[in-house]
Amino acid sequence: MKATCWIAPNKVAVTEVPDPQILNPRDAIVRVTTAAICGSDVHLLSGFIPGMRRGDVLGHEIVGEIVELGSAVRDGLRVGDRVVIPFPVACGGCSSCERGLYSLCENSNPNASLAEMVLGHSPAGILGYSHLLGGYAGGQAEYVRVPFADVGALPVNDLPDEQAIFLSDVFPTGYMAAEMCDIQPGDIVAVWGAGPVGLFAALSAHLLGAERVIVIDRFPSRLRMAREKAGAETVNYEDTNVIDALREMTAGRGPDACIDAVGMEAHHASPALHAYDRGKQAAKIEQDRPHALREAVLACRNGGIVSVVGTYSGFIDTFPMGSLMNRSLTMRAGQCHVHRYMRPLLARIRAGEIDPSFAITHTLRLADAPHGYDIAKNKHDECVKVLLKP
Amino acid sequence: MTGPRGARLARAAGGSVRARLGRRPAVGFRSVTDTLGLERESQRQRSPSLARLLGWVSLATGTATLAAPPTVMRICGIDDSPAARWWLRAMGVRELGHAATLLVPRQVAWAAWLRVAGDVLDLAASSRALSAQRDPERRRRLGTAVAVIGGITLLDVVAAISANRGRRLFRDAMRVRASVTVNRPVREVYGFWRDFANLPRFMRHLESVRQVGDRQWHWAARAPAGRSVSWHAELVEDRPNEMIKWRSTAEATVPNSGCVRFSPAAGGRGTEVRVEIGYSLPGGPVGAGIARIFGEHPEQQIADDLRRFKQVLETGEIVRSDGSPDGTSIQQLVMQRPAQPRATSDEAGR
Repeated sequence: MKATCWIAPNKVAVTEVPDPQILNPRDAIVRVTTAAICGSDVHLLSGFIPGMRRGDVLGHEIVGEIVELGSAVRDGLRVGDRVVIPFPVACGGCSSCERGLYSLCENSNPNASLAEMVLGHSPAGILGYSHLLGGYAGGQAEYVRVPFADVGALPVNDLPDEQAIFLSDVFPTGYMAAEMCDIQPGDIVAVWGAGPVGLFAALSAHLLGAERVIVIDRFPSRLRMAREKAGAETVNYEDTNVIDALREMTAGRGPDACIDAVGMEAHHASPALHAYDRGKQAAKIEQDRPHALREAVLACRNGGIVSVVGTYSGFIDTFPMGSLMNRSLTMRAGQCHVHRYMRPLLARIRAGEIDPSFAITHTLRLADAPHGYDIAKNKHDECVKVLLKP
Repeated sequence: MTGPRGARLARAAGGSVRARLGRRPAVGFRSVTDTLGLERESQRQRSPSLARLLGWVSLATGTATLAAPPTVMRICGIDDSPAARWWLRAMGVRELGHAATLLVPRQVAWAAWLRVAGDVLDLAASSRALSAQRDPERRRRLGTAVAVIGGITLLDVVAAISANRGRRLFRDAMRVRASVTVNRPVREVYGFWRDFANLPRFMRHLESVRQVGDRQWHWAARAPAGRSVSWHAELVEDRPNEMIKWRSTAEATVPNSGCVRFSPAAGGRGTEVRVEIGYSLPGGPVGAGIARIFGEHPEQQIADDLRRFKQVLETGEIVRSDGSPDGTSIQQLVMQRPAQPRATSDEAGR
């Protein structure tokens, strides 16, 4: 089959690889009908996530049709079902899964001891997301093997791929980011990053009762989308001092909650400050460039919540711990526990409350995946979300 | 897997990396008190206090030699010559090196022998000076210095032997420990382990375990370099839902014993499982070193086995990925396949 493979930093290629097979009784093989490129795939492309090997199949946002099921899939799945696949692999039987913390599944990372060396303890395995997180082949391919399909794969039946694909990662991730803000009546929520996750975080903040939502980015097209589709006010950090602007917009209080939907490859309006962190990143002194996170902490109101769903891989420098501690801030973070949100969000889409397909800007053939990665990384052509069709 | 020979070569190549990946044995931790008596185990290692004291002595003499060479020369009765001054300075630096190695925790065993080597050097140098010295007062002082160095050498030898004896005792009989929390009731977790025929499902090295007598089992396991070993083991103690102890019978090539304890984790968090396995490899520490070259890392392996035990009980299967098609194991961790499906249905090792 054809699959999008990581070759080297900043190089992916669509190559011929063997078809996947059932390895375990609870597996399913899915014929992929739509896969998407995620912002976190761009971190893999850039080479900032440790544990990648030449030939790794990428992709963790997947919709497709079940073509084969393992002998022990118990949960009413049938061959021919159209399903959406959550990006974390979760067993459903460990205590983390039982508590709904699916992205912390204790069994799904066969390379857990590798993750423990970097992260202390191991989170769940993730499809197509480095050997540190399992070494699973991803779904930007014609077929994908889905482990623990009985827990993960969710039938979507008649829902079009263009809506269902958003349940695999970005909509639940944005929703969880807003949920972690513990939104109260009258709250103002600020969101760093107007990529797909930031947009859905802004939308979800409104769904959860935020009074106002402010989105920060530097691309006019993305900021326009935030205003028009997510009902947000916007700040362009390239021409405005963000902390001053937020103080002004909240009459001196600061946003009640701040969401970091940017992560490790943030940019800074000041070329000098950007170069400072970019240089340290290149020298492997720090893995992540935390411009957005620093700003989110400093901007947040006293006693507020900082919610982190942007991806970080390792260590950061110059973190404003004094601000966090002295001002009683709460920081919450996590890879999304997608399984927990798929059903309720599917219901909201079916009810017509939200049509997530607005974020799609490009639909490409699988063979054009390298071009898709290029525009996703460099935000060319007003790119927000790229879908791939095998 | 490729042919057994290729696999063996590849494994040998990965040995050193693997050694770095492996976790330290639990006794490396100090002041740990728990139901298994880890503290008792760490106390059994010889106290390194004498070696530590000698480290402080090294620090003092090294500093004195470098700070006030003339005084040291006068006390020892050494002639003041450029060569002697140079020699003395080198000695001072060496003493500081001894101090650094001896005062670093857990490094004392080999560092103590380094000091003995230094003493021999000092003895040789001062004896040579003694035979060349004519001035009676200086000869007297030099003689005293030689005697003092001799005494210190004896002390160093005692310290080195005692520091190393603790290590050797520990290494001849390897003991490895690991623990895991399984989200299942104690009764179920104990019951699964108590049926020893289940062990090969999660212990990667075991090929089979079958009952051959009332309290006797026949175990077969893969050994390094593609060989296989088998032995009889007997149940030593069995306390339902609490503990199982077993040991190999007299004729085993690799005498071994094991103990697994089960206890409910507080607040309905499942069952805590703590395993302690002891065995003496043929060839003692050398044998263990050779095994390591072949990719056998006992501490990591028992930890991997427990992870697989948890997987089997909580999910019903060994979790496999494209990078690790055989499931959790240190060997695969070092030589990950690319995360893409495999060519044919060639069956995973297990």
